[in-house]
Amino acid sequence: MYKIAIVGERDSVLGFMALGFSVHEATDAEAAGKAVQALVKSGEYAVIFLTENYAMQLEDELAKYKDLPLPAVVSIPGQGGSTGYGMNNIRSAVERAVGADILFKE
Amino acid sequence: MAEMRVNPTRMEMKRIQTRYQTARKGHKLLKDKRDELMKRFLDVVREDKQLRERVEAALAKVYGSFTVASAVSSPKMLEEALICPKKECELKVDYQNVMSVTVPKFQMRVLSEGNSDSYNYGMVFTSGELDSSLRELGEVMEDLLRMAELEKTAQLLAEEIERTRRRVNALEYILMPQYLATIKSIKMKLDENERGNTTRLMKVKDMMLAAQLNAGNRDDEDGETEEP
Repeated sequence: MYKIAIVGERDSVLGFMALGFSVHEATDAEAAGKAVQALVKSGEYAVIFLTENYAMQLEDELAKYKDLPLPAVVSIPGQGGSTGYGMNNIRSAVERAVGADILFKE
Repeated sequence: MAEMRVNPTRMEMKRIQTRYQTARKGHKLLKDKRDELMKRFLDVVREDKQLRERVEAALAKVYGSFTVASAVSSPKMLEEALICPKKECELKVDYQNVMSVTVPKFQMRVLSEGNSDSYNYGMVFTSGELDSSLRELGEVMEDLLRMAELEKTAQLLAEEIERTRRRVNALEYILMPQYLATIKSIKMKLDENERGNTTRLMKVKDMMLAAQLNAGNRDDEDGETEEP
């Protein structure tokens, strides 16, 4: 059995506490990176949600987990609203697979 | 295309011909695999895109009402209300095989104590906004997990597609032309040897004929000088 974790700034993640997520507050990207690393290392978490503003800064770090079946590190918009980073991730996956951006061309 | 350095023998040619056939079969199979992977991948990505749009909109709403909730109650109270959750969620992970790529499938199970409502705080000190924001959050949850699953699947498939595409291209543009060039060069060399051999035989035959003729002439000359 696995658990779900969420990492992000306090205002964004507090609500998830009530859902039974394991909540980890981080005040800056570095702390968030450390938290994610620890969560991945523990092997107990299958899904780790991370707020977009930190995910953006931790891109290189997160790339390591991209090709592993578990855990899924997923960026979600934080309190500040969506920055489009998550969509960008989908776009880059399409580009990687297809070689061109065929879904979002507008 | 650079050919391989091999001995130009018939046996070597046969060997490379077999390898070429294998490469061609592999190329066809991998190409089919790539096409199928691509099909699945695009399905996943399309769904993921829609889901993400929905989740992001829903989360924005949740954050909105949460902000209101935190505005009307003190931060300390808010934290107190949320800090000991009644629910605990567990994730069951199944693995699915999509074209030999292992992708996770999440299934959530919520363990709550008792069967009362999901609010883990008393109603006295908290505001109604908190209730509604948490309810909204609970509704997003399903989508959130599905999105995590799809996003992971998309990433894994993307990696596999990239790898398969590289393989297909390597076979198509490097290995197979190389084999063909090598087979051709061996064939040419063997033909050249064959021609060389024929010419040599012809030459030897000419030489032998010439020698015979010479010998015959000398016999004739000898006979002529002896007789008279």
